[in-house]
Amino acid sequence: MLDEAGAGLDELAAVAPGAGLRWADGDGDGARSCRRTWLDTFDWRLYRAGLTLEQVTGDGAAGLTLTGRDGEELAAEQISPAGQSPRWPAKLDGLPAGPLRELLEPVVGVRALSPVARVTSRLTQRRALNSDAKIVARLGIERMSVTSPARAVAPPRLTLAAVRGYQAEADRLGAALTALSGVTPANGTALDAALAASGQRPGRTPGKASAVPLARDAPAATAMASIFAALFDVIEVNVGGAVRDIDSEFLHDLRVAVRWTRSGLKLGAIPGDLAVRFAPEFRWLGDLTTPARDLDVYLLGLPAMTASLEAGCAADLEPFRGHLERSRATAHRALTRGLRSARFGRLASGWRAELAAVRPQRKGGTVAQLADDRIGAANSRVLKAGRRITPSSPPERLHELRKRCKELRYLVEMFGSLHDPAVRWQAERELKSLQDCLGEFQDAQVQREEIGVFAAQMLAERSAPAPTLLAMGEIAACLARRQRQARSQFDARFAGFAGAPSQARLAALASAASA
Amino acid sequence: MKILATYNIKGGVGKTAAAVNLGYLAAADGYRVLLWDLDPQGAASYLFRIKPRVKGGGKAIIRGSKAIDGAIKGTDYDNLDLLPADFTYRNLDLLLGEAKRPTRRLATLLGPLKSEYDVVFLDCPPSISLLSESVLHAADLLLVPLIPTTLSVRTLDQLTDFVTGFNGHRPQVLAFFSMMDRRKRLHLQVASDLPAARSDVAVSAIPALSVIEQMSVQRAPIGAFAPRSVGARCYRELWLEARRRAALKPPA
Repeated sequence: MLDEAGAGLDELAAVAPGAGLRWADGDGDGARSCRRTWLDTFDWRLYRAGLTLEQVTGDGAAGLTLTGRDGEELAAEQISPAGQSPRWPAKLDGLPAGPLRELLEPVVGVRALSPVARVTSRLTQRRALNSDAKIVARLGIERMSVTSPARAVAPPRLTLAAVRGYQAEADRLGAALTALSGVTPANGTALDAALAASGQRPGRTPGKASAVPLARDAPAATAMASIFAALFDVIEVNVGGAVRDIDSEFLHDLRVAVRWTRSGLKLGAIPGDLAVRFAPEFRWLGDLTTPARDLDVYLLGLPAMTASLEAGCAADLEPFRGHLERSRATAHRALTRGLRSARFGRLASGWRAELAAVRPQRKGGTVAQLADDRIGAANSRVLKAGRRITPSSPPERLHELRKRCKELRYLVEMFGSLHDPAVRWQAERELKSLQDCLGEFQDAQVQREEIGVFAAQMLAERSAPAPTLLAMGEIAACLARRQRQARSQFDARFAGFAGAPSQARLAALASAASA
Repeated sequence: MKILATYNIKGGVGKTAAAVNLGYLAAADGYRVLLWDLDPQGAASYLFRIKPRVKGGGKAIIRGSKAIDGAIKGTDYDNLDLLPADFTYRNLDLLLGEAKRPTRRLATLLGPLKSEYDVVFLDCPPSISLLSESVLHAADLLLVPLIPTTLSVRTLDQLTDFVTGFNGHRPQVLAFFSMMDRRKRLHLQVASDLPAARSDVAVSAIPALSVIEQMSVQRAPIGAFAPRSVGARCYRELWLEARRRAALKPPA
């Protein structure tokens, strides 16, 4: 793959004789035009996995092709007529079942695929002939007009393909081409070129809460302000997808950023009454998202619950699914109203303005000191809450411990740039193991309580046939089993977390200032 | 993967023209096709503008499929590759004689290509030899061009008897009339009577046409330079009949 940047393509005419070849008359199969659309998830999961998914539309048909790191085709799906292609953004269940979907599923997960770049492409071909007038190589010349994410014209791309058995001739031609001024080997794919022409780079969406680069000796107040600003970027960038309901991860990532923010506000590092004034607003924002997210979790888990049915069957749960979807639609409308409200607008503008005005505080200390102090304290709280749990403890105690674990995890992740990545990764892994157990216990508890509420609602609405209620009862029993199993794993998980190796790693994380 | 061989003990009866044109039509239908030019004269290679030369010659080819993979050349047509002829193929009988299970050698060599090709055409030299016996053992369908004469029918009977005597895998035989001259009463008579009497004779026939002779001037299959000619139509009909007889599934 070559990029033709400066030279006129007319110079190509002289290239073939230099390589002992000649060009065939005409344009081979003639010029072809098509529309190319590259698809990825909002957080670039395909790009980060080295995969490229492209839809090519032309001549009344459309095709989807998945390619790997080296441009090798992994799977393809023809969609004909082109009008039957999915309307993007679309989730994977909008694609026909087959190898393409199977390859995408583990990478894309619950996310939707959206266009990340669109171009109109015009492709011409020249055929290089040897002395027997045999085609030995084909040179494709593609001119792309980028229509999205911004209008631009990409430099022509040349693709040289050897006919099987004539690699040496093609290599000679390739060498002659790259000797032309303005022709350079392409660094990336056509997607990279389309994005570069529109001034974009792939994989650059602040879609998830993540560690902000911090200097150890940065003042705690301004460091926290930069963390909060980055978290609000994440909140704002996910609002559009959550409102348009593109996929459930927008809301999830928005909620995580809100939780990190609320956790950060408790650290007491920002000046004045900012935390007091904004904590209720972020609590409101968190509460606003809870009903829709809870129903998302239920709906995402429903296929697994359906599969666990022994007496009932999938069809029995259809009324329940319908009830969940109706409830979720109602919750989503409330969420949308909240995210479009004046209150959210005031929160955004007020919070941004206040963060921009934050200055270093006298006696405020450095961010490393803040991180050490708060991680150490949060770890102590986890240990204390965990050690209080006995076999007879009520579920509320485990829920309390789960909240303490989340606080510690957010701190470890929030201040991640201050720590040795290997130590942090191991510490997070051990903490996550305990969190998974507590999460399973708590989620099963909540869902078991909720299914009773759903059953009562459905009975009141007269939308619950007997087989549905029986199947829901089976699910409740399954949830109870899952909860018991999680509870039985707790002691071992907590012992692992509270053990010396794990605590030594957390102690290391709590000593960044002296590192 | 189905293996179709164009075979006749006699030369100049249209074996190569059939292999080249049917290979082209199969590729145009979307099948992944390999044509192996086994004739040291290299006529099929010439028609595809490919030099009749293989690195290491027939010796390397008979020894292993790695050499085959390296020797395959792409033609100017999508889905159609060629394994060229080499002048050393004149010694293939001797080389096969030194190999283990010589009559099964071609089938063994083609085995690894199963995932790469849907159809392999073998364009055989005119002879009765160890090579032709190996071809007969490898092929799923033998395409036998016949000049419509009484003696040709006798040759077909001999071939059919020979194949029937095989143990295990036996190729189907589909003879077709080639170089048929409609001005000759005998040609018309034989071409009319035989397909009705015998199921191993194709209804489709290839007349003697100047467009077929033009192939060596154009160095291309008829479908590439005269797609609407009578010759192109006749080969299309023969291809449809051969495809049906070989029970080829539609291309993926």
